[in-house]
Amino acid sequence: MTVVLESRALSKRYGKRPGLTDCTLSIPAGRIAGLVGPNGAGKTTLLNLAVGLLAPTSGTIEVLGGTPASSSEQLARVGFVAQDTPTYAGLTVADHLKLGARMNPGWDAKLATHRIESLRLDPRQRAGKLSGGQRAQLALTLAIAKRPEFLVLDEPVASLDPLARREFLQGLMEATVEQELSVLISSHLVADLERVCDYLILLTDSRVLLAGDVDDLLATHRLLTGPRRDKAALPAQWQIISESHTDRQSTLLVRAADPVTDPAWAVDQISMEDLVLAYMSKAAITPDRNRTLEVQR
Amino acid sequence: MMWLTWRQFRTQAIVAAAGLAAAAIVLLVSGVSLADKFHASIAGCAAHGSCAQLAGNFLQSLRGSSYQAVALVITVLIYVAPALIGVFWGAPLITREIETGTLRLTWTQSVTRTRWLAVKVGSIGLVAMASAGLLALMASWWINPVYEASMKANARADALYRLSPPEFGVNGIAPIGYAAFGFALGLTLGVLIRRTLPAMAATLAVFAGIQVGWPQLIRPHLLTPLRSSMQITAANIDSLMMGGPSSHTMIVTAAFHKPGAWILSRQAVNAAGRPFTGPPTKACESGGIQACNASISRLHLRQIVTYQPGSRYWAFQWYETAIFVAVALLLVWFCYWRVSRRRLT
Repeated sequence: MTVVLESRALSKRYGKRPGLTDCTLSIPAGRIAGLVGPNGAGKTTLLNLAVGLLAPTSGTIEVLGGTPASSSEQLARVGFVAQDTPTYAGLTVADHLKLGARMNPGWDAKLATHRIESLRLDPRQRAGKLSGGQRAQLALTLAIAKRPEFLVLDEPVASLDPLARREFLQGLMEATVEQELSVLISSHLVADLERVCDYLILLTDSRVLLAGDVDDLLATHRLLTGPRRDKAALPAQWQIISESHTDRQSTLLVRAADPVTDPAWAVDQISMEDLVLAYMSKAAITPDRNRTLEVQR
Repeated sequence: MMWLTWRQFRTQAIVAAAGLAAAAIVLLVSGVSLADKFHASIAGCAAHGSCAQLAGNFLQSLRGSSYQAVALVITVLIYVAPALIGVFWGAPLITREIETGTLRLTWTQSVTRTRWLAVKVGSIGLVAMASAGLLALMASWWINPVYEASMKANARADALYRLSPPEFGVNGIAPIGYAAFGFALGLTLGVLIRRTLPAMAATLAVFAGIQVGWPQLIRPHLLTPLRSSMQITAANIDSLMMGGPSSHTMIVTAAFHKPGAWILSRQAVNAAGRPFTGPPTKACESGGIQACNASISRLHLRQIVTYQPGSRYWAFQWYETAIFVAVALLLVWFCYWRVSRRRLT
């Protein structure tokens, strides 16, 4: 299995504020990896580290086997769509394509013009006059037409309406299939990524909570409903992610490699969104977190 | 990379080129007539030995003329140009890209950020230096008749010597150094402050401070000044200042005529070599000018003058240009280091 991104104990601090803490990750190649987490969790920090816009405070990160942004060859292999999809407001769409052509040796002019045409963008229009969705598409075109091996997108759909969101993600899917890209895309909304991702990384409070293949994650997490039981009575190999109890009934989210055979439990599949929410609320009630809250009070 | 630099810079480049062209036209038209006027004024003076007189008349005739207005405008322009270059070309170079987020677009294309910086700073910096150099060259040519007349004329208050401020900063090659420095200063403050307006304001403030302080505090000491000592007599007193009746001070200076020299200080000393600041003589407190001057003459004062001779003009020009270009290079190196350390986004 080849790896597009490998980090070890990666940390980034902004002065005293942690941006990312002790992040050890290994993202396999050929995947569309979704990076999920609430606002301020450190998603942008991780992505900026991956494309070399930031340097780590400690730890290491390797992308496609090299240090991010260390050379023009390394830069050419990674495409990036930054948060809020920045473009030069005063430059036209055609100017942006020219910029891409002049600054990237592997530029695919045919692909770029084809995309701009199929998106029905006017090449003479200034980027400042484009709608949010059009600007995001322009930024994606720039990132794709440089023919990267690894495409990194930072909340590309955050400011788009539902239709533009769908179109953008669709365009992304098509491009990844055609070009055999590896993708790392972040969003604070799981629903955005549910349809496109096959790998998931959950980031909360500048830490990685969960990372893995989506199918594996969904197959090993189960929602169990049954008669009320004590925690001690549960199988030891079960990892309890969340639990809620009434007088007679217990509802558990467990992570277990083996199927649940006890007929007392009603077993349900869990959606990716519920899974993510369960992990996030678990993180929110860990003792560590409680202490900091008390101190703040 | 060159293309992007040009595409982003072309509006400013066109504005600068238009400004230079306008200045060139005005200076050419007015400069030709100024040179003609000068040559007509002193024609054949060598044969009559009246060159000093005629050159003085020429300087006199410039007072209140349109030439004086042109000289004022061009002087202000050359002094302000490096500040404008720093404020409008240097400071926003990086801050505007930070503010619009486009740095994240540009720095993730297949061009390293150090190359990006090198191309931008190299090309725009050279344009800045060339523009300032061209402007100074035109201004030097334009004002040359005035300098020539000043050298020929006897000591006159309206004589202009190219070594003395403010003349020194508007001719020769020093403006090239100022432009390089102004640009690098704006760039550096932009890199440090990271916001356009504060960086622009800081650039203007720092540059203005250096522009005012430099000729007074630092330039005089680039080369050791010469000293000259002369007798103060009734005939050569050129100014006299007395304090109020109770202050007992009297400052006296004598004319020191050395064409082209930049006079740094003039100090009257008494026979014992101590600085003389009073008290005023009786004749000066009550009598007429003649009697007062004669009474000062009897005090046997001497005047110590420190000055830089006009012959050092090019030495000063080279030193100053080299210093400002060197500081500019240091600043650029700092920005380069800072950018390569990725502290910006």
